[in-house]
Amino acid sequence: MSHVPAPTSPARVAIRVDDLTRRFGDFTAVDAIRFEVASGEVFGFLGANGAGKTTAIRMLIGLLAPTDGRAQVAGFDVATDAEQVRRRIGYMSQRFSLYEDLTVRENIALYGGIYGLSDADIAARGGTMIAELRLEAHADELVRTLPLGWKQKLAFSVALLHGPDVVFLDEPTGGVDPITRRQFWELIYAAAARGTTVFVTTHYLDEAEYCDRVAIMVDGRIAALGTPEELKRDFATDSLDEVFVRLARGTGAVA
Amino acid sequence: MTQALAALRAFIVKEFQHILRDRQTLVILLALPVAQLTLFGFALRTDVRDIRLAYIAEAPDDATAALRTRFARNGRFTLVDVAPTPGAIEAAFRADRADVALVIASGLAERLRDGRDAELQVIADASDPNTGATMQTHVVAVLTGWQRDLLPQAASGGIEPRIRMLFNPTLESVNLFVPGLIALILTIVTALMTAISLSREKERGTLEVLLVSPLHPWQVIVGKVAPYLLLAFVNVVSVLVAAWLVFGVPFRGSLVTLMAGSTLYALVGLALGVLIAAITSSQLTAMLAALIGTMMPSTLLSGMIFPIASMPAPLQLLSSIVPARWFIDISRGIMLKGAGWTELWPQFAVLTAMFAALMTLAIRRFSVRLD
Repeated sequence: MSHVPAPTSPARVAIRVDDLTRRFGDFTAVDAIRFEVASGEVFGFLGANGAGKTTAIRMLIGLLAPTDGRAQVAGFDVATDAEQVRRRIGYMSQRFSLYEDLTVRENIALYGGIYGLSDADIAARGGTMIAELRLEAHADELVRTLPLGWKQKLAFSVALLHGPDVVFLDEPTGGVDPITRRQFWELIYAAAARGTTVFVTTHYLDEAEYCDRVAIMVDGRIAALGTPEELKRDFATDSLDEVFVRLARGTGAVA
Repeated sequence: MTQALAALRAFIVKEFQHILRDRQTLVILLALPVAQLTLFGFALRTDVRDIRLAYIAEAPDDATAALRTRFARNGRFTLVDVAPTPGAIEAAFRADRADVALVIASGLAERLRDGRDAELQVIADASDPNTGATMQTHVVAVLTGWQRDLLPQAASGGIEPRIRMLFNPTLESVNLFVPGLIALILTIVTALMTAISLSREKERGTLEVLLVSPLHPWQVIVGKVAPYLLLAFVNVVSVLVAAWLVFGVPFRGSLVTLMAGSTLYALVGLALGVLIAAITSSQLTAMLAALIGTMMPSTLLSGMIFPIASMPAPLQLLSSIVPARWFIDISRGIMLKGAGWTELWPQFAVLTAMFAALMTLAIRRFSVRLD
């Protein structure tokens, strides 16, 4: 039923997940999942609440230790080389990563400093970022005063400031209108075009359509994995919505 | 290492930006110590100044008049007229017209002439036992002085204790409170503020992002702690200066030793704040935990207001795990008695051990990251 990911050469694999498992007592939140994500790919990670996608992403970014199995991100094991992994990934949580009582420029300086960029680097990259986001007029304003859509775009750009190999986005576009969401996805494509791997979880199935490939988690397992077109074909439907609903109900694919 | 320091610098800069931008909190933190000092210094006094004395001579004569003058000139007493009946004295206490009564049986002058014992009774309003006892002591002191002047020869044979109150000879309660107040203020600035600031990051989700970054837990903790340590330092100095200027509180020991003790105690408080933030899940819980878990024992169980020696044994035992108790030993010892390392090293050792234990626990709680 699920698609075997397209074979990729080892050097170009950004994320490799091998029987990754996490148990909380008797409850298995993530049950031996396996998949690979190629460099520069936009990989969508879908699932209902409680399906295990948050647990999975927390293991990949080193916030939670796996009970079993292995995961490699940017060429390093998340359990044994967490430090190396942390230097090579960016992360934007659903609650952003920005400090509302700091200005745009101060937030950029903070994250640049934390990721070890020099002051000159921070100034140069920060300047470019502010120009790209058209935030010149607001660079010295508190983030609190920016509209939600701008905050999200800024948070994403800040997560990319140190040039990570992989960026993890945990439901990045909650609460904004479709137009702002569309603009946000343009930023994602631009990052992927520069070679950054994007791993994104989402509730919105129209967003899943924008991904190169999509994995759908149900009850701790990956129930389907493939390009949006492949999934729709397998389930003989023209909407991912339908695929998602049938997987969640356990009615499966049409043979 | 230089990269670790650069990251730490970026983090500390951000912490200062938070503190400087939150003007209201900053003003409170800077003004609080002086406000508390004034409050404690003027309002929370246990020394008794203006005693209203009901001076009751059943039959006034030369001797009772002389004694009356003696009380009137003492400066501590205001004389109140009350009828010489038990009922009238009680009524005066109840109506709050008098604090203490001295009843002199008739024939005082005659008895003194004949060399017989004088009959005097001191009655104090003991609804506040400490104050009652203190007032009674003051009355007895005047009587003793009078007796000595009257019968110098009689005193030579008996035992006459000459009492000297060392370190706080005028029995000023403000002298006792200032060293304790430093403990209270340090607790607020360190434990409470660190717990709030760290749990705010937890609540807003920014802590998660920090833990995903290459920052180590120790960098996050040091970055959180450093600005408040500086603020605590400023507060200690401002309280000391204000105590000296406004109340003339003495400072007998070494300022360096006191600053070392304050820094150590601040570190204990900061570690406690980090630990509280690590084990609570919201800002509000962290704040309540810090208030109840640190401020209350620091005020009630530290000996700051209530002497540890008069607590029941279980509470005395409990007080020994309250860091403020050990710090108040240090600050009182240095400020009032001029004590130094030789006398105070056990207290320093206890606080150092507490800091090590709390910090280890706090870092361990953070190192498991978030789960």
